[in-house]
Formats: sequence, C-alpha cells, structure tokens
Amino acid sequence: MFDKRFISNFTKYKFLLVELVKRDIKGKYKDSVLGLLWSFLNPLLTMVVLTFIFSYVFKMSIDNFPVYFLTGFLIFNLFNAATNGAMESIKGNAGIIKKIYLPKYMFALGTTCSELVNFLISLVVLVLVMLVTNAPFHPTIIFTIIPVFLLVIMAIGVGLILATLTTFFTDIRYLYGVFTMTLMYASAIFYPVEVLPQQYQFLFELNPVYLAIAGARDAILGGIFPNIKYMIVLGIVAFVLLFIGMYIFYKYQDKFILYL
Amino acid sequence: MGADIESNNEIIEKSIEDAKKKAEKDKNLIKVNKNYSLSKTSGQLIERDKNHSDNFLDEQGLGSTINDINTKEEDNEFQSLPYNISNEIAIKVENLTMEFNLNQEKVDNLKEYVIKRIKHEIKPKTHFLALNNLSFTVHKGERVGIIGFNGAGKSTLLKILAGVMKPTKGNVESHGRIAPLLELGAGFDYNYTGEENIFLNGAILGYQKDFLQSKYDEIVDFSELGEFIQVPIKNYSSGMLSKLGFSVATIVEPDILILDEVLSVGDVKFKKKSGDKLKSMMGSGVTVFLVSHSVDQIRQLCKRVLWLDHGNLVMDGDVDEVCDAYIETAKEASAEELHNIELY
Repeated sequence: MFDKRFISNFTKYKFLLVELVKRDIKGKYKDSVLGLLWSFLNPLLTMVVLTFIFSYVFKMSIDNFPVYFLTGFLIFNLFNAATNGAMESIKGNAGIIKKIYLPKYMFALGTTCSELVNFLISLVVLVLVMLVTNAPFHPTIIFTIIPVFLLVIMAIGVGLILATLTTFFTDIRYLYGVFTMTLMYASAIFYPVEVLPQQYQFLFELNPVYLAIAGARDAILGGIFPNIKYMIVLGIVAFVLLFIGMYIFYKYQDKFILYL
Repeated sequence: MGADIESNNEIIEKSIEDAKKKAEKDKNLIKVNKNYSLSKTSGQLIERDKNHSDNFLDEQGLGSTINDINTKEEDNEFQSLPYNISNEIAIKVENLTMEFNLNQEKVDNLKEYVIKRIKHEIKPKTHFLALNNLSFTVHKGERVGIIGFNGAGKSTLLKILAGVMKPTKGNVESHGRIAPLLELGAGFDYNYTGEENIFLNGAILGYQKDFLQSKYDEIVDFSELGEFIQVPIKNYSSGMLSKLGFSVATIVEPDILILDEVLSVGDVKFKKKSGDKLKSMMGSGVTVFLVSHSVDQIRQLCKRVLWLDHGNLVMDGDVDEVCDAYIETAKEASAEELHNIELY
C-alpha cells in the first residue's frame, strides 16, 4: 500500500509542503494589522481572562494557574486547529485538486505542519508567562517534545480521516465541532483532575489529548519525565490512528475529485 | 443605450439567420454540383458563418474569439515544425473507461444518507459513461489532436492523461515527464506578490525550488510584468494573471505536453509570444495532446486526430481524413453540441 511511490512523491513535493505551510501561516492572519502577533496575543489574552475567572471567581487552587492553563490550552489548540484545518484542506483546495495532479495528502499534512509552527511560536508566550510568574525551569522541560510529537502524529491521522469523511459528507464538520468542544471540557485544561471523585478520574485517561497535556505538565510543571504509561498509550493510539487515516485516505483519494 | 443594443442584437440575429439560410442553399449546391470538393465548400461555408459570429461578438464588446494561437499571417509556421516520430511509446491507453455517477439527488449529508439507507431509498445510481473503452497508443514525437462536440469526453480524457483523474476501468501507461497545461495559475494566492506566486504555483506544478530559482529571471522576463512582480496579484488585471500563469507553466521542458485550449493569453503581442513559446516547446521529440475547438488549429498542428463522440472513439487517423468526416457530421449536429466550436 505505501510503496516506493509514496517516498519518491514525498521527496518530489517536499518543496510544495514548505510552500503550503508558508501560505497557511501568511494567510492565517491576513488583513489583520497585528498579523502573526496574534499567535502570541490570542493565548495570552485568553489566559488572562481565564486566570481571573478561575483563580478569583471560582477560587480554584491550582499552583501557578497561568502556566497550568497555558500548557493545556496550547496543546489542545494544536490538536484542535490541526485536525480542523486538515478536515477542510481537501474541500478548500478543490480548485487545485480538480486541475492539477499532486499528492492530495500534502494539503492535510501542510495544515498540520503550519499549526505546529503556530504552536511553536505561541510557546514563546508560555516561556514569558513562566518568567513573569517565577515558575522554576526544570531541565525535564525538554521532554515536552515527546507528548507534542505523539499528539502531532495523532492529529495527522485524525486529520486524514476527517479530510476523507468531509469530502463525502459535509456534515462531519458540524459534528466534529461539537466533538471538539466536548473534548476540550474533557481535557482538564482549566480545572484540576481532582474535580472528579477518585474512582472516576480514570475517565480522563481515555482521552488521548488529556494524556498529552498531562505528559507536558509533568515535564514543565512537575519537573519529572512524562508519565510513561500515558506516553505508551498515547503513542499506540497515535500510530493506530495514523495508519487508519493513511489507509482510508489512500483508499478513497481517487474518488475525491468526483465529489468536489 | 439598452434599446440600441437590443435592436442591434435583433439585426445581428437576423443576419445570422440569413447566413444560415444561405448556408442551407450552399449545402444544396454541394449536392447538385459535385465538382466541389467537400472540404473546400464547407471551409467556405464556415468562413461565412465565422465572419458573422465575429461581428456579433465585436458588437457586444466581447472582443473576437479567443483561441487562435496563430493568427492568419503565421498560418503555415506550425506545419514547418519538425516531426520526428520514434518507435518508443509515449502513452499507451488500454480499455479506458470513465464512469460518473449521476445521482439526481446527490446525498452529501449524513442525515439524508442514514435515513435513505434505512428506508432503502438510495436509488440505483445512474451511470454516465464519459469515456467508453478507449484504446490507443501514441508514440514519442506524435502530435495528436482530440476533437469532438461538446460533452464528447475530450477534457475528461486529458484529465486522465494528466493524472488528475483516475479512470474507472482500464490503464494508462505513460513514459516521460508530462506537462499538463490544463489550467494556468492553479492555486494562485491573491494576497501573494507575483514573485511569491511563482514559487507557490511552481511548487503546485511539481517543480523544485532550485529549478524555480534558476528559472526565476526567465519567468519574470517572459511574463513582461517588470516591477509589478513585487505587487500582490490581487491588483493584477486578468491579462497579467494569465501572463504570469503561462510563464510559470511553460518553463519546463516536458516529454509529453497536454494542452486544453489555454494556448493563448493576454494581448495580441503576448499571444504571438505565447504561441511561439508553445511552438518551441513542441519542438522535435515532444509528444503533444491538443484539445481544440478549432479544427483549423488541429489541422495545422497535428498529423493524427482522435475523434470522440459521447465517450466513444469514432475515428483515429490522419488529420484531414478525420477532420473532413467530423465536419460532415457537424452539419447535422445540434446547436448545443456545436456551441463554441469552430469548424473552419
């Protein structure tokens, strides 16, 4: 299924991927005065508002809420934006796909990559907030790469599945909107897992996005290596979803053009 | 003004009708006077009709017809193109069938699909055969024209040859680098400058960065855009856009060139230039597929013609033979099928 053509195509169209990522990033904030600065401002402002609400109004006791929140928020956003972008990527580039031959997965992969770049830019906010709140910088912070990498793999897989499904059924888009909202509330972004009684906390572990967030928090706030069990589960889920995504995308991609 | 145009239109319509009547008479003449060679007479006929339609367009301010690469003066230039056919196969098409589903109620939302599935209401799909079991082999260096009335499957065939579509059944085997000129400026981003779009569009066409960098000056030069290349293309005129698109698309040296009437763009001067460029691309050894609604153009460029009708390969052979038969049939074709087609 994934023969040599896959590799040679990838080498040939590597430059296309770069150009698509560039286009996505430049196009994201087009016509806005502050442009790319919004990648900093957006999480920063959200963080300020939510910190106020949860620290003062709801009086939640989370150590260093701004950093706790930002870690979860940025990682969830990465997954949310990457999968939503990939979902729209085939329909959004219908004009090109109908006229020129190119590997179509490039569009899905391109949006995921550009969201990853966006995520990396907004990490600067996290670092700034950590400096301002006097959070300690643990050397384990480097291990954040592991949950983020696995999450991106999963996002590519989910993105490919969604891109295929939306081409045939536009409704998936709205269904997925509800799904991601549920996912956000289930990812313990702005509340501690302790809100649930001990015996129900395992429910969070069923949510792979939460696993990634928890892993990142271990590395950034906890100063420990990301929870191994979580990382293994996340890794398995991520690669299984990636293979499912690649399989159905490859299986149905020749039919896309008939539905665009 | 509006009334003027309307009355003008009436006059034009009348004159066209007159022309048609005359054409009818002429047609009868052919039957009487068999000394005329068929192609010659029909050539004259069409010439007359063409004049009428040209006037018609001009009076509406639409300009003359768009798709002549070669204006009358350079009529014979293409015939002087070298024609080296080798024994190597460039494209081999076997039992090619393309089928579209014509669902009258297109189910593209989940609710409908589920409900209909449950109610067993998904009707058996009506199939539409865009291409029906085509087989042909084209050798390297051949220039093949594809003709047919509207809806014959010409564009579908080109799309399949270009790899944009996968056929329902059958095989396409191609050897060499294919340059499909089906669409100019695919994926242009309107917020990008001309320069940025050269790289974006180039990447979409599958070119490499180094290649584009090395050809950059040549592209800009050919596009005649000058300093406008640094301006976002949303400010370009449509002529400028197509010049840029043409310049990027034709920068390659392909083995197989697939052309779908995008041939000429821009003003008269650029038309000449783009025609010359295509001619140089068609130089020795390049295999060319050309869809054109202008039989004249096909006659000039090609030695072999495939005639498609409703997805079937009606004729495959020498250009004059096929074109003459085609024109004969065209006389009986419906107006809808002939829309936009020039038979001269």
